[in-house]
Amino acid sequence: MTFNSKWVQLAVLLALIAILPVFFPSGYYFRVGALIFVNALSVVGLVILIGYAGQISLGHAGFAGIGAYACALGPEALGLHPALAMLLGALVSAIMAALIGKPILRLKGYYLAVATLGFGILVSMVLTNERSLTRGPDGMEVAELGLRDFLKGVGLKLSSGEFWYLVCGLVLIVGVWIALNLFNSSTGRAMRALHGSEVAARTVGIDVAQVKLQAFVISAVYASVAGSLLSLQNRFITPDVAGFMHSIEMVTMAVLGGVNSVLGATLGAAILTLLPQVLTVFAEYEQLIMGLVMILVMIFLPRGLLPSIAAKLRGRGE
Amino acid sequence: MDALMQFLLSGMTVGAVYALVALGFTIIYNASDVVNFAQGEFVMLGGMITVFAHAAGLPLPLAALIAIVLTALVGVALNKLAIEPARGAPVVSLIIITIGASIVIRGAAQLIFDKQLHRFPSFSGDEPIRLLGAAILPQSLWVVGGAFFIFIGLWVFFTKTLTGKAVLATANNRLAAQLVGINTGWVMTLSFSLSAAIGALAGVLVTPITLVAYDVGVGLALKGFAAAMLGGMGNPKGALVGGILLGLLEAMTAGYLSSQYKDAVAFIVILAVLFAMPQGIFGAKRTERV
Repeated sequence: MTFNSKWVQLAVLLALIAILPVFFPSGYYFRVGALIFVNALSVVGLVILIGYAGQISLGHAGFAGIGAYACALGPEALGLHPALAMLLGALVSAIMAALIGKPILRLKGYYLAVATLGFGILVSMVLTNERSLTRGPDGMEVAELGLRDFLKGVGLKLSSGEFWYLVCGLVLIVGVWIALNLFNSSTGRAMRALHGSEVAARTVGIDVAQVKLQAFVISAVYASVAGSLLSLQNRFITPDVAGFMHSIEMVTMAVLGGVNSVLGATLGAAILTLLPQVLTVFAEYEQLIMGLVMILVMIFLPRGLLPSIAAKLRGRGE
Repeated sequence: MDALMQFLLSGMTVGAVYALVALGFTIIYNASDVVNFAQGEFVMLGGMITVFAHAAGLPLPLAALIAIVLTALVGVALNKLAIEPARGAPVVSLIIITIGASIVIRGAAQLIFDKQLHRFPSFSGDEPIRLLGAAILPQSLWVVGGAFFIFIGLWVFFTKTLTGKAVLATANNRLAAQLVGINTGWVMTLSFSLSAAIGALAGVLVTPITLVAYDVGVGLALKGFAAAMLGGMGNPKGALVGGILLGLLEAMTAGYLSSQYKDAVAFIVILAVLFAMPQGIFGAKRTERV
């Protein structure tokens, strides 16, 4: 059994999620933990898109925005239960991804980056400008999921922080499990094949366009669910969730931890989520340090933290 | 009719700024195959440094010159410290590096200067000139004139001078350029400083009209990129035409459709161009070798 085997990775993650709360000095840490899980979830989606299939997106915050606002608008405008609204958001994201992915995914490199970037920014502009619906840049309140009250009813009393830590942790594990299963499935193999060489993949009979689209849609659903969870736990959402910088954050998290590794991406999400929390003391320098981290990691650890560390541990160097 | 003329003039002004940013993109892209997302920060630096040097008592032309030279140095530092060490890295890494650099520059500017909006006096007063029933600020003429002047200058540089041809040769094939004795490292330094200086000049020219703050760079970088892509990546003529076209489209959208969605135009244009003609207006068709 190697370090990379599916069950080992899942067990490590599960153990971390279960054990960490023992060391939490206050309830605030549950909130940070939940935030890490949410970010990690969208980043795992990007691992499928960038790491498996070798396509880039600088617009995935757009899908997070769709998921987040589905949970805000669904209950209010359509009278949906928040959980159903979340599913609706995922469905809308999937459909959007399929529609725009078809023409966009023919592009490569910078062109693909810019096309996805354009999509993300358009979503955030619509969310900012359609004030009658979304209340504009000031953001809007989000309905209560209601599950916590139900749990209280059956005798399980959890603080809001604890509850969301649990829910987001569970969703993350499911997300990681799906991503790891995908890795060795025929679809996952096809994705990795086209990452290696599109021409070669086509030669062995892989429908390249179709497989790219699958990766794009799957990763969009991950981002959308993450956005929904974020809005549900904060009970409030602003268009920033769909903003350009959020897209960049996601990609940076993925690449920082190691874009080929689901667990690495989770680590990247944890580091970049914690960094601003640690840096609140140096609020003035936060941007400066974030930017430096991005540059330095890309130069010195181009494969990301976890793969580089793992390679060191195995003693093989590069 | 007067309204149309007014929109045309303001579109030309904004478009000239986009064209300058796009020209900066083009120079770096040609020399190094890197799309520099920090391009907008050069514009910001040009404006900000001029503002603070002018406030410190320097005459405006000297302040502007200092701003352009300092920004060019920042461009060189960007290449030496961030781009050069990552040579050959995948596109995703390069995108993150230049975005990281833009965040660093923005963060530093916010620390060194401040978070306020600033401006300095226009070069030739603020009395609008009447032109075919519309009004245009003298500063707008400076901006449009500056863009054309830079474009002509670049054209002469790249087609008539040996140094310019060395840059083109490096862009075409780095190894072959080295073989014929071109110092490609120096060409990189030149390209980055030239590109940064052009960005800074755009900042100097446009600040009296649009004002400057530490965070104006992101929007400009994205718009400039859209302009470069519209015209065809890597083509200076495309950058100029793309920039002005984008400025005009924005002004028309703001005037006739919705001022809220003015900023959306650039991205709709990007998507439309990429769907319909991925090489842009002037872009050469490239075939990919396997």
